[in-house]
Amino acid sequence: MAELILDSVSQSYAKRQIIADLTFTLPEGAIGCLLGPSGCGKTTALRCISGFEPIQSGEIRIGGEVVSRPGWMLAAEKRRIGMVFQDYALFPHLSVADNVGFGLRNDARAARQARIDELLVLVGLSAHADQYPHQLSGGQQQRVALARALAPRPRLILMDEPFSNLDVELRERLSLEVRDILKREATTALIVTHDQHEAFALADWVGVMHQGRIQQWDTPYNLYHEPGNRFVADFVGQGALVPGEVINDHQVEIELGVLEGHIPVECDASGCEHCVRNCHVDVLLRPDDIIHDDDSLLLAEVENKAFRGADFLYTLKLPSGQHALSLVPSHHNHAIGEKIGIKLAVDHVVAFRRE
Amino acid sequence: MLFALAVAALVLVPVAVTFSSFAQVEGDILAHLTEFVLPELVGNTLWLVLGVAVGVGVLGVSLAWLTAMCEFPGRRLFDWALLLPLALPAYVTAFVAIGLLDFTGPLQTWLREGWGLTGLPEIRSRGGVILVMSLALYPYVYLIAKNAFATQGAIALEAAQSLGLSRTQGFFRVALPMARPWIAAGMMLALMETLADFGTMAIFNYDTFTTAIYKAWYSLFSLPAAAQLASILILFVLVAVVFEQRSRTRMRYGTVGRSAASRRIKLSPALAGLALLYAGAVLAVAFLIPITQLALWTRDVIADDLDSRYWAFAWHSVLLAGMGALMVVAMALLLAYAGRQRPGTVMMWVQRLATLGYAFPGAVLAVGLFIPVAALDNWLIDTGRAWFGFDGSEILKGTLLVMLLAYLVRFLAVGFGPIDSGLHRITRNVDEAARNLGTGAAGLLTRIHLPMLRASLLTAGALAFVDIMKEMPITLMTRPFGWDTLAVRVFEMTAEGEWERAALPSLAIVVAGIIPIILMTWRGAHSHG
Repeated sequence: MAELILDSVSQSYAKRQIIADLTFTLPEGAIGCLLGPSGCGKTTALRCISGFEPIQSGEIRIGGEVVSRPGWMLAAEKRRIGMVFQDYALFPHLSVADNVGFGLRNDARAARQARIDELLVLVGLSAHADQYPHQLSGGQQQRVALARALAPRPRLILMDEPFSNLDVELRERLSLEVRDILKREATTALIVTHDQHEAFALADWVGVMHQGRIQQWDTPYNLYHEPGNRFVADFVGQGALVPGEVINDHQVEIELGVLEGHIPVECDASGCEHCVRNCHVDVLLRPDDIIHDDDSLLLAEVENKAFRGADFLYTLKLPSGQHALSLVPSHHNHAIGEKIGIKLAVDHVVAFRRE
Repeated sequence: MLFALAVAALVLVPVAVTFSSFAQVEGDILAHLTEFVLPELVGNTLWLVLGVAVGVGVLGVSLAWLTAMCEFPGRRLFDWALLLPLALPAYVTAFVAIGLLDFTGPLQTWLREGWGLTGLPEIRSRGGVILVMSLALYPYVYLIAKNAFATQGAIALEAAQSLGLSRTQGFFRVALPMARPWIAAGMMLALMETLADFGTMAIFNYDTFTTAIYKAWYSLFSLPAAAQLASILILFVLVAVVFEQRSRTRMRYGTVGRSAASRRIKLSPALAGLALLYAGAVLAVAFLIPITQLALWTRDVIADDLDSRYWAFAWHSVLLAGMGALMVVAMALLLAYAGRQRPGTVMMWVQRLATLGYAFPGAVLAVGLFIPVAALDNWLIDTGRAWFGFDGSEILKGTLLVMLLAYLVRFLAVGFGPIDSGLHRITRNVDEAARNLGTGAAGLLTRIHLPMLRASLLTAGALAFVDIMKEMPITLMTRPFGWDTLAVRVFEMTAEGEWERAALPSLAIVVAGIIPIILMTWRGAHSHG
């Protein structure tokens, strides 16, 4: 258990910058997540932290101790970092118990066995201690991998796309389970994934990565409701951007009406005064920002719909031709082409300057 | 890297040496060679290669198709049993065939005396050699074609049928062309074995390069002539190597259809009967009859032959094969590790070169390695005499060095294959997982790699062991005085036409050879998913 700090870390390979100026702090005992599309550099970041890749600038600190800086790195086996690999990388020639006990070689026999038993109980695999990895299901293998990484009580656990080899239902259940296990061991953990549902289910802190940079390091709630830039707004959650015009520092007008709230529009060099009034912006509308109301006078045409069980996700065409999304309880079953009444319910106004 | 280069150099030495032999031409011998020997050798070799190519191709592909794609009684048995002839060295099949089918053999005698029939085709002929070699070598094509059909045949055939082709059309127009690179690779392996074969050719008195090299070595005592013949043989081999490497690069592994078994073609009772008859006949002729005959002959002579001398032969065989196999495994492991540490195109080529020795006939390696070792020996002796007053005529020549080096070059590929693929199965993540759990380089080797590679090392060792036990020309040409082995004993007995007395050592070789086949089949069936 220890705090993880990355301080403007950069890494490049063959003159290509893989990660640039990566900075974040993961508090002790917290679960963090690097979220981003494939090729964004998140796996490289993980390998830098685990000590398998050198860094070209900046510093990585675990529990206050510098483990990587340009030209020097602490050997991976001395970092006391536990890693859970995408393909689990279990040792096929060892039983489940021996896999879990692999990192406990220097412990006394009794202590070792006690720790193995404790972890197998924790991950619910006590009955499988003597089996071999190939006899287990994917979900079970994944939990063995987690138990193996946790066994030596590492300062930090790293997980690389931990659920990508599992089917969707198992993923959701396991991500909750894994969070529970990590919290009970009170381990600091950093997880890499491209799946925001996983990130939101698991993490206390999420860093959205794009082109080697962290776009925003924040809580899942804030990432969804207060995305810092267009990429984050687009990558996290669903939604549509509709054009609007700024009235003043707390009001913005879109075709569906005036939205009230803090307008976090970046100011340019000429000063905020100038840009506030009549400034053209794009306003983010989440599907839960538009509510279906049969009594409303505001009408929109149903252009497409996706039945999702408890609700419908309607793609609406606004009078101006702009598109927006709306989540509607599933007993409101409207046909495509039908005009339905809507109203706004925006708690957090998110607007980006039009480029 | 340096080590890998050294191994690659070891392979190139015999090639360089044999070709450089043209620098010192012994006029009369070369004239004799080109006038009387070469035309016959080249003609014989071409006919042999052509015949064996057709033979192994037809046998291998048809049997592979039947066991991989069709369902008939006994298919599961034939699936592995058809590999058994691999355990039978061609020279054993050869002398059993002659013993059975010769004019004085039991079959002709019976036909003549019982029925007054004569005029059965002479077995000691070009056709006879081709037949025996095809029966002994078809498993190379069978094994590799079977895998090709099993992994992609079923899906391709269904696609062809959905496009309106009949099964027969589908086979010839889709499945066969798709499997062509595999079949070609298997055929080239069989042809390399054919070019390298010495024992069978000696038994049949069919003059090819290997027997000519042996004669130049022992009868003419002319190293240059042997080396010159060897270099011509290498040219033939290189053609095969080029074809084999080219077809290998064309092999692309498709996904293994799990339901391949359920897609097998159900043969009608009549066709199934024919399939059973055909596969059964091949198995009988290529394995069951020879092995039975060996057992019968052995029973006749075992009381007289099984003396202390015989145990010495067996002990030498086991000792040499054991030492050779250990060397092969150690070198193959180092070579595979070098590739893991420094992957890249250069390393890939170095590895390829280092494992090219499997293509070189033993007779060539014997000549190619004896010459430089003898030269080194002379230099050592001269130096020793000048500096230390050393008195003697040989230091290295009379030792096992040449023989073991030749084994190493020839069989390194046999060991490298399983070890390299075993090492590839240990992913980088496994290494990193172990390191994250606090394991250093030494622990990685002892706690992860060696345990995980155990099966691969065992397979590599077993394969090399058996190949060395079967090996004839290298052993025959480079063994130090007194180092007679089982294979040498087979050669000596067959040279005198004493088939019965060659049976006992042959049977020992065959029994040893069956072990790795069972091992591989068993592992294939129980491989960890």
